[in-house]
Amino acid sequence: MRVAVVGAGPAGVRAVEQLVRAGVRPLWLDEAPDGGGRIYQRPPAGFVRGARALYGLEARKARAVHATLDALKPLADWQPNTLAWDIGADPRLLHTLREGRAEAHGFDAAILCTGAMDRIMPLPGWTLPGVTTLGGAQIALKAQGCAIGRCVAFLGSGPLLWLAAYQYMKAGATVAAVLDTTPFAAKARALAGLPHDPATLAKGLYYVARLRAAGILVAEGVTPLAIEGDGERGVSALHWRDSSGRERWLDCDAVGLGWGVRPELQLADLAGVPIRFDAVQHNWVPERDAMGRTPLPGIYLAGDGAGIGGADVAEMTGACAAQALLADAGLRTEARLTRRLQGRLRRQARFRAALDRAFPFPAHLAAAMPDETILCRCEAVTAGELRAAATPEGPHGAAPEVNRAKAFTRIGMGRCQGRVCGMAAAEVLAARLGRGVAEIGRLRGQAPVKPLPIMAAPAGEDAA
Amino acid sequence: MTAPAEADVLIIGGGGAGCSAALHLARRGARVVLLERGLVGSQASGANYGGVRQQGRHPAELPIARRAHALWRRLPELIGTDCEFVQTGHLKLARDEAEAAELLAYLEVAASHGLRLEFLEGPALRRRFPWLGPAVLAGSFAPEDGSANPRLLSPALARAARQAGATLLEQAAVTNCRPDGDGFVVETATRRFRAARLLNTAGFWGGQVAAWFGEPVPIRPHTPNMMVTEPIPYAIAPNVGVAGGNVYLRQIPRGNVIIGGGHGVGDPAVPVSRPLAQVTLRAMRRAAMLVPALEGVSVIRSWSGIDGMMPDKLPVVGPSGTTPGLFHAFGFSGHGFQLGPAIGAILCELALDGRTETPLEGLSIRRFLAPRGVTPA
Repeated sequence: MRVAVVGAGPAGVRAVEQLVRAGVRPLWLDEAPDGGGRIYQRPPAGFVRGARALYGLEARKARAVHATLDALKPLADWQPNTLAWDIGADPRLLHTLREGRAEAHGFDAAILCTGAMDRIMPLPGWTLPGVTTLGGAQIALKAQGCAIGRCVAFLGSGPLLWLAAYQYMKAGATVAAVLDTTPFAAKARALAGLPHDPATLAKGLYYVARLRAAGILVAEGVTPLAIEGDGERGVSALHWRDSSGRERWLDCDAVGLGWGVRPELQLADLAGVPIRFDAVQHNWVPERDAMGRTPLPGIYLAGDGAGIGGADVAEMTGACAAQALLADAGLRTEARLTRRLQGRLRRQARFRAALDRAFPFPAHLAAAMPDETILCRCEAVTAGELRAAATPEGPHGAAPEVNRAKAFTRIGMGRCQGRVCGMAAAEVLAARLGRGVAEIGRLRGQAPVKPLPIMAAPAGEDAA
Repeated sequence: MTAPAEADVLIIGGGGAGCSAALHLARRGARVVLLERGLVGSQASGANYGGVRQQGRHPAELPIARRAHALWRRLPELIGTDCEFVQTGHLKLARDEAEAAELLAYLEVAASHGLRLEFLEGPALRRRFPWLGPAVLAGSFAPEDGSANPRLLSPALARAARQAGATLLEQAAVTNCRPDGDGFVVETATRRFRAARLLNTAGFWGGQVAAWFGEPVPIRPHTPNMMVTEPIPYAIAPNVGVAGGNVYLRQIPRGNVIIGGGHGVGDPAVPVSRPLAQVTLRAMRRAAMLVPALEGVSVIRSWSGIDGMMPDKLPVVGPSGTTPGLFHAFGFSGHGFQLGPAIGAILCELALDGRTETPLEGLSIRRFLAPRGVTPA
């Protein structure tokens, strides 16, 4: 049986581990040079910082995932540096880009572990040099051992905000401030649900306490107003309003910003998996059951790409998806393992729901976004241009949903295909039309998942 | 359901042809209702390549293409926007002697319809278009042709039609449609309409509408495989095609290069369509043979849409063969975008005057109504 696994983060590693145990040798590919996923991103060869320095409190888990990954490589058809840029469910073909060449791989079943990406709410100045996502700021530290600036402000909401700031502080960078858009009261209300995972909660509190103890400005319930600076020198300050309504300026030369993460679901979308809006996560998520089965035979999902759950959940859903695949194929399964993982996943789901309530996506900021704010940075489309596309006075009439707005304004038509701005664009459009973001829709998935060089197309085969 | 709402003309299908018909009819004072299953311009009219070309058209289509050309040039005064129409010229290329012979043979057809073409080969061709690769032998240049933005045309026509008083209903799929006395009744899930005239501009699904009136046609879905590159410095001015049509490309001033060639897959019942990776790769390779500078460029997006393909690759345009008051314009076989504005004007004349100044020979639905057992020529 031909099995393909896309992704070698915690989900992909645990999926392949189960497959190999059952005697399956899968095709296994990952975009990174040496796997690990974003959370356990590995530094390039020759870098000497240890796991403790790179992954902090998660070092033990990172080491375990890496060790399993390395042990599995010879037992799979391991293809690092490989992008899955399209997938067909009928016939089942996975299209990859490796070493500049496009290849197609037939498969009987596939587990897609495509991970997550930062959620962004643009503000004036977010395209200045020195502004990155929280995830990007973390990758710079983990993969390259460098900080995004000398004096870094962290802005957003969610566990990653505190973690990234803490990691920067530990690494010796100056943390100018940690500005959380969620008011303390909102988090306190939602915290009632958190003790389902006391270890994660304790870690979160630990990061916050250490940041405060270091004398770093920590503010909650803030409203970001603008990032100031110029194209030559980059960021010079962050302009914000505190919870008492006072406008404030903070000197800094870099900003890491983000509001949680969303599933990278283009591949599932291209396979034809139905996508629905999850109001609690405030994310579009692919349809799947608790084991990772999608409505499409042979297509399984695991990890954050199947719905945000974090690294620990990713490991569990990876193993479950592999068990589901093995069961459906009539191969040897481990029922006890599956039962145990399903129980833990149910508890984790309650924790996750509380976390999502504690750190909501700041949809309210979309309505107040100034018209001149660049929303789509690839195509330089402003919030005002998108709003104009929602009014019937324009030359093409009103766009009632996000794909029509894309057609009129070019929003989401650049190199990133809306992976960065798509969510915020939908919020701006929803706010202008006075409708829910679920009704506004999402930018439809279109191959390639990431840019595909024309020279990657194989020669021959009646090319003339 | 209540009594049907009365109109003068009902239109099924809100692509370029239907929206243009609604506009022309409303401007002449007719009460028009257009019913569109999705949003206007969602399928062939919105997903196509954006070529606005007369060169290479079948003689039966050329009179409509000529009339459309005049309308394209007047778009700003007609509908308040040019839909990014630019007359960059259309360059049709030959990659071998047989293709060159095809280009030469067409020069006469074009001349007889007043379409000016310029045949180029060797150093003259390369001096004029230095970005062409060595695989290209000859080219035929049509200076009046060009391209436009297909995402904008139908919505802009629809807006102008509404301003002129037409009723255009989106998300309004037609569920039933039948003759009613000396007119027609058309139903959606929630509403009913009645009119003396009915226009069928339903693209691929126009075949279903024709079948409702006892004149089925051998139409099949056509799903062009389209893609676009990242932006690169603007260099390729003309809309570029090849004899045989297996690849075509154009660059927009923003810098992106739009490339088409081959077919994706689709299911008109949903409706849904998508490009195929293998087809995308083949078109990429063919494009790079025409323009070698594309080798280092990346494709960032691909798409498709559903059009109707007729066996002779010509649309069905004209009066019904079975039902007075019904007029068809569907099955544009991959080249309806340029024709759309003129089709609306022609349907308006047919519906209100019973005749049109534009010759429609060879496009009638009657060509598919062969007697049983006889193969149409």
